[in-house]
Amino acid sequence: MSNEFHIVVCGSIVPDPLQTLEPVQGAQGPELKNEMMLPAVLDPWAGHALYEAADLAVKNPGSKVWLVSLGPKAKLQQVMMNIAQKVPFELVCADGSASGFTDSFEVAKVLAQSIEGIQGMDKSKLLVFGGWQSASRGSCAVMQMVGEMLGISEQFQGVDKLTAGGGGALEIMERIEGGAYQVSVCTGTPAVLGWATGELPEPPNNPQVGMQNMRLVMPALQQAKPANVQGSSLTFQSVELPQQRRETRVVKDMPVDDMAREIAEWLNS
Amino acid sequence: MYTLRTLPGDDVRQIMWRYADRFDLQMSVQSTRGIARTVVAKLVAEGARNTHEWTDQKAELLTAFDQSGLTALFMDPHQGGFIEGPKNLALALAAFELAWVDGGAATCSLATNLALAPIHEKGTPEQRDTYMGQCVPPQPGEDREIRRGAFALTEPLPYIGVDTGVMCGKVRVVEWNDDDPILEVDKRGRFITNMDFADFVTAAVESDDDRIKGSCMIILEKEDEGTYDRGAPTLKMVHQLSSTRDPVLKLRVPASRIIGGFEIKDGTVIPKYNHSEIIGSVFHRTRIPVGLMTMSKLISAVEPVIRYHRKRFQGGDTAKEGSPRFDHGLQMNEDALQRLVDVWATGEAGCSLGFAASRLADAFDPIEKEKERLFAEQGIIGPRKQMMTLRKLKDKVLEFIELEYQPETERDDDRYQALKGDTLVEFAYQEALAGILNPATKLWCTGVGATVMREAVSLVGGYGITEDCPGFLMQKWTDTQLEATYEGPEAVQRRHMSVTMPSEIFQATVSAWIAQLRRVGTEVPGMGTDALASAFELWQWTMNYLQNTKDAEGRKLYHNKRQGVTFPMADALSWLLGPYFLTLDIIELKEKGAMNPVLADGIDDLVAFYMDMSNVQAARAAGEAARICTELVYGFSSAVDTAGLEPFATLKAKVDAGMVGARLSKDRAGKALSGVMIPEALDYPL
Repeated sequence: MSNEFHIVVCGSIVPDPLQTLEPVQGAQGPELKNEMMLPAVLDPWAGHALYEAADLAVKNPGSKVWLVSLGPKAKLQQVMMNIAQKVPFELVCADGSASGFTDSFEVAKVLAQSIEGIQGMDKSKLLVFGGWQSASRGSCAVMQMVGEMLGISEQFQGVDKLTAGGGGALEIMERIEGGAYQVSVCTGTPAVLGWATGELPEPPNNPQVGMQNMRLVMPALQQAKPANVQGSSLTFQSVELPQQRRETRVVKDMPVDDMAREIAEWLNS
Repeated sequence: MYTLRTLPGDDVRQIMWRYADRFDLQMSVQSTRGIARTVVAKLVAEGARNTHEWTDQKAELLTAFDQSGLTALFMDPHQGGFIEGPKNLALALAAFELAWVDGGAATCSLATNLALAPIHEKGTPEQRDTYMGQCVPPQPGEDREIRRGAFALTEPLPYIGVDTGVMCGKVRVVEWNDDDPILEVDKRGRFITNMDFADFVTAAVESDDDRIKGSCMIILEKEDEGTYDRGAPTLKMVHQLSSTRDPVLKLRVPASRIIGGFEIKDGTVIPKYNHSEIIGSVFHRTRIPVGLMTMSKLISAVEPVIRYHRKRFQGGDTAKEGSPRFDHGLQMNEDALQRLVDVWATGEAGCSLGFAASRLADAFDPIEKEKERLFAEQGIIGPRKQMMTLRKLKDKVLEFIELEYQPETERDDDRYQALKGDTLVEFAYQEALAGILNPATKLWCTGVGATVMREAVSLVGGYGITEDCPGFLMQKWTDTQLEATYEGPEAVQRRHMSVTMPSEIFQATVSAWIAQLRRVGTEVPGMGTDALASAFELWQWTMNYLQNTKDAEGRKLYHNKRQGVTFPMADALSWLLGPYFLTLDIIELKEKGAMNPVLADGIDDLVAFYMDMSNVQAARAAGEAARICTELVYGFSSAVDTAGLEPFATLKAKVDAGMVGARLSKDRAGKALSGVMIPEALDYPL
């Protein structure tokens, strides 16, 4: 027996990670240098959630997928030209900042309101998906707050696998400490799942899917309402890029034990 | 002084190349780019180009093309495609994206379309739906294999190339019946793209039998009775990600495979179209993407060259961290910056020309079909009768051209709309324009592009000629030589242009361009429009002079047999076209960019940079055109005799004076390159 899910994926855009990301002080607070002009991609964590959602919808006929995005709609439109070809979904867009330098509570509030406003969405069938982290300075708190605001207390974070049982039960595999998993069974919807990487690869582009999606994506972008996420008293004292150091050596046939020892020594140093 | 903040992205390109409101094309670009910068780039990086053979590794390309929708890009929705209407711009954009990484991959993608193009342009409705449908990847629930094609038009062996006048393939009747006679086709191909995996071949053949009239193109399938030998791999040195072999085909096929169909009259099979008619309609479209492939490489070189220049001294002992030498590397030197401006400006100008040609081809397709319908309806059959009819419309066409280039606020709009609505008027104008833009794109973009690509390679020094140079610059340079050659080498394009250049319609268009450039130069100074307008004037004066003057030995100068005159004039014109269309694209960017929320903030700086590049390219182009015109005007005299040449000298002086500020533009553009923010790493191979 199949289940019918209404899956809402929360996800927005981040600057293409290959770009030079340089924090600067803007009029509204911290931002990235030339952020509007940098090419953007769908936040990879949200991407995993979206592809899992689409797969779940295919396996459970009658299910439907929405992508709820808070981001500047002009940039979101560019990203949609790629993402809309991946899997079928309907876009719900809130036109606002996706810079990452926003208060996660404000972001959660906009997302929750957008979800509540989806016409035809049945909360009793609702699964709220999103990334458990974000590639854009994520606080790892948005999904939890969205769930609370929607009154959904069944929440799972770091999810890599979801199996829907015949009676509507959901078996969920979450990442926990030490590379282990915790497997839980949730009796049914509604639930919030913050996805880790999931198990699915990025689907290849399918222009037929794209053409179908775009019929609804373009109106959704045109009708996107401005989202105010400036209501917070949050301020930033300073922002800087994480310091990183890369030392590459090419070594062939190194025993695993030696690799592990070297990594441990490096970490300890 | 302005700042170039980032390298131009999709928002900029969509405005300049006029597909900002076409999400079908934007999706296609993203899809193709995804394939280019992953699958294609990986193949190049792994050395897949280093063999003439078609390998399993190379075949991954086909799967990727199928999955990403690239294979179906050429088809109409009812055949399994996803773009309605003409697809010249779509195919040009796809070729541009693939060639950004590898030209051979672009050729591989275009080759199946080329095989289908004769069927698409002139095939019967049944042939179109059958073969186009077979070449679309199977949809979910469909149980069939995708089929792929090859296009075979070869001059006598062992040479290679396209010469529509000379063929080696023969066709004869082996089994007569009055409905669908069985024919035997004997065709040997050379350098046939896709031949490793082609399931069918569209071949040009001529009659070797009194019972078949003339020549035709015919479809051969691998399942047909006889020999379908794929032959030996062609030992080409470039475009190694496309399959090429020298096939031997001797097959029996029904006459219904003749593309466009046939009729039987007095016991003779008469093909509806001869091979030249079909090829003519195919090639004037398919040559545009090839030009854009070379231009794509020039623009793709910008980012890796900047990165190389900046990091040139990092890691060495001579530059201390934090020193200007460490931070700016070779960009401390003016030459490195300015030569890259030349490469970039060439690429931009060529793209502006090529995409303008693609858009024109899209506009021209339905008009050409409507013209055919109208003529058929009126019983005006045959090229001669059609030409006579069109000639009578000359005054209307010239009036239309004048209105077309006038500012909207100044022209008589009712009259303009009336003429624009006249299919034959529009056809005559667009045909003349396409007769220049299409061959010019192929000629200039690939020919000059090959030379400039060499300069791009040299900007990376010894690193540039290694296999692992970021951006695959060496591979791109060598590939340009094939792009300048296949689908009609440079001489063929010069020939095409030299036939259209003297036409009154095209000359009227040039006059309208000159007026337009003068006007633009007043409204938006700084793009080199004065130099460009003067160079067009000089070119037009020279055309007139050459057509009405004889050389010192009394021989006519502008004559179709005199390629030493006509071909250089085609070269001179080609130089000017790119900068002309670049100025139009910059004006579009200036107007529309300001309304784009992504670009609005930095649009003034971006436009200023583009205007400087335009100025640089306009000066270079005007100089080249003026040099050629000077050689032709003075070069056929036996003594110094300037009588009657005063206007030429005056016009040439105007060209020179029009270059005012061009080098300051280059200074500024070069400086902007030293500050532009580029990504941390190249996005291919990932």
